[in-house]
Amino acid sequence: MNRGLLLPSWTLWALGAGFVLFVALCVLAVRKNHGMKRSFFASPYTVWMVVFTLIPCVLIGYYALTDAQGAFTLDNFANFWDSNHTVNRMYKDMGPEMSVLIQRGTVNIDILIYSTWMALLCTVICLFMGYPAAYFMTDRQMKQGSTIVVLFIIPMWMNFLLRTVAWMTLLEDQGLINQILRALGFSGAHLMYNNGAVLLGMVYNFLPFMVFPIYTSLNKMDRKLLEAAQDLGANPVRTFSRVTFPLSLPGVISGITMVFMPSVTTFFIPRILGGGNTMMFGDLIENKFLTENNWGVGSALSLVMMVLILLSLSVLRKADPEGEGGGLV
Amino acid sequence: MVESMHLIDLNGISKDFDGTRVLNNIDLYIRKKEFVTLLGPSGCGKTTTLRIIAGFEYPSEGKVLFEGKDITDVPPYKRKVNTIFQKYALFPHLNVQDNIAFGLKIAKVPRDEIKRRVDRMLDLVNLQGYGKRSVDALSGGQQQRVAIARALVNEPEVLLLDEPLGALDLKLRKEMQLELKNMQQRLGITFLYVTHDQEEALTMSDTVVVMRDGVILQIGSPKKIYDEPANAFVADFIGESNILRGRMVRDELVHFSGYDFPCVDSGFGENTPVDVVVRPEDIMIVGEDIGQICGTVQSVLFKGVHYEMMIDTGETTFKVHSTIMQPQDSRVGLSIVPYNIHIMKATDDPLAEPANEGGEE
Repeated sequence: MNRGLLLPSWTLWALGAGFVLFVALCVLAVRKNHGMKRSFFASPYTVWMVVFTLIPCVLIGYYALTDAQGAFTLDNFANFWDSNHTVNRMYKDMGPEMSVLIQRGTVNIDILIYSTWMALLCTVICLFMGYPAAYFMTDRQMKQGSTIVVLFIIPMWMNFLLRTVAWMTLLEDQGLINQILRALGFSGAHLMYNNGAVLLGMVYNFLPFMVFPIYTSLNKMDRKLLEAAQDLGANPVRTFSRVTFPLSLPGVISGITMVFMPSVTTFFIPRILGGGNTMMFGDLIENKFLTENNWGVGSALSLVMMVLILLSLSVLRKADPEGEGGGLV
Repeated sequence: MVESMHLIDLNGISKDFDGTRVLNNIDLYIRKKEFVTLLGPSGCGKTTTLRIIAGFEYPSEGKVLFEGKDITDVPPYKRKVNTIFQKYALFPHLNVQDNIAFGLKIAKVPRDEIKRRVDRMLDLVNLQGYGKRSVDALSGGQQQRVAIARALVNEPEVLLLDEPLGALDLKLRKEMQLELKNMQQRLGITFLYVTHDQEEALTMSDTVVVMRDGVILQIGSPKKIYDEPANAFVADFIGESNILRGRMVRDELVHFSGYDFPCVDSGFGENTPVDVVVRPEDIMIVGEDIGQICGTVQSVLFKGVHYEMMIDTGETTFKVHSTIMQPQDSRVGLSIVPYNIHIMKATDDPLAEPANEGGEE
């Protein structure tokens, strides 16, 4: 299924030649000091965006709005709303009394709600764990600050799949945690294949994306401002609520964005740690494309997801109108 | 207008940072409505002293008293002092009026009173109509005014100012010096001002405290510090001076630069080595025949109000300020009125080495 990524060799040659040409033009432009616009330097990225982002988006739009014959249809979206839509229509053709036999299938909506709920939970947990962590990392009095930063980075050096699979060996019935529990005289517990395990995997994987933006915004904050607040009569709690927190808000917004977006589109983690008992929207889309080979419905689901993300982004943007959080929003 | 009551007392304050002593046994009192300036080169401990009074640093030894009560252990947010920080430290997420109102909101002052007091402050610092502006949109001078308003609105007993004019250009700095001094007198607030700019210190203060290497060298009025510096370092740091090694021949006669000059100081003892300070503007250029000593003009610099000439007498090179230019390489006579020769106990301190070598036996 990954074969599509191995580009044929001529593609590589074309990419290479294009890059060399671009570098040559850049050198020329700088040497001769042409009045070339700066946007020229972004052209490789622009080409990349068009080929690998814009065109696929258009294709997804096309698949979502057409049926197998290529004719315009909204059936794919109807299938999102009612997963029994196609079957229902078949029955309806057989006669009016048959149509009431099959109820509306809400499985897609349920999964969407479940995914959003899990993503929200994950974001909130990451925020409540990540903010204090970031806060302590910036504490100048604590000399271990930089050690903790490294400790947060090290897991990110490992592959995402590896990290997730590693949790299996900890959580499974014969895993490390259960072994320790039994050695201490407790009875073992089923730790895997439930919502908690999925959430744990998500929080574990996405926590650094919450910590680092907050750490950055706290770290660049002028310490003198905290002294100024104290000088004006604010005790430590007031100083935090009136100065530290408001000033770290761009980092918080950016952290929320960076955790919520991948969380809501998570796949794989539920399959590994949820053992197929739970399914998130990402898994559903993957299923439609790769298992059911139903590109139309898969594309429609992708678009629904996209709208959801854009909506949440616009809400976040309201909270951080200047986009100081790295302009992610 | 300075009241005699002590508002702040520092008793034997010392401060160590990682084993390095930055303040050594500081004793200082500040009276009510006094304008006190801590003056010294960077690293002399003046800012640390200010921060100890504000409560941001805890002294390693000694006590801070406020109106006679020990406040050494009181956290900064409970002290009746306010600080104007070097780079203002305005809150970037608040607009001008919210910055000014910060302290009042913390103190839970009623809303209409906050508005009244903030408006009055905006008037005082000449920023009427700027209340809703973002602080980032203000110029350096305007930010400075907001910082002043933010501190003064709380009606502090003492205002601590940590090189507040350091970031402003010369002209604006002079204006603000006058304005601050005016405000201090009008509002009757005690100011503790930190600066390394000796001119600023002399212009604004009631009392100047000269510090170096964590020790107070001299406390006195600007005039006293300038006219009667306690040692060579103070003399060198405050204004320009010729500092020479000399020897008391007897009372009211001092030998330096190969000549016995009459002076007004006495009580050092015969043949005692001393440091001699002569301000460049106090050396008169006279005819070669009537000067106490003679020299050759080595260089002439135009400084605006006066010329600065380096005059070599063979033993010493004197820096002389005069409004009349003498051509280079010309021979001139130099004369110093006894009253203008300041004699101090010689320092063995290598750091306070006289700027001009010579005059030694």
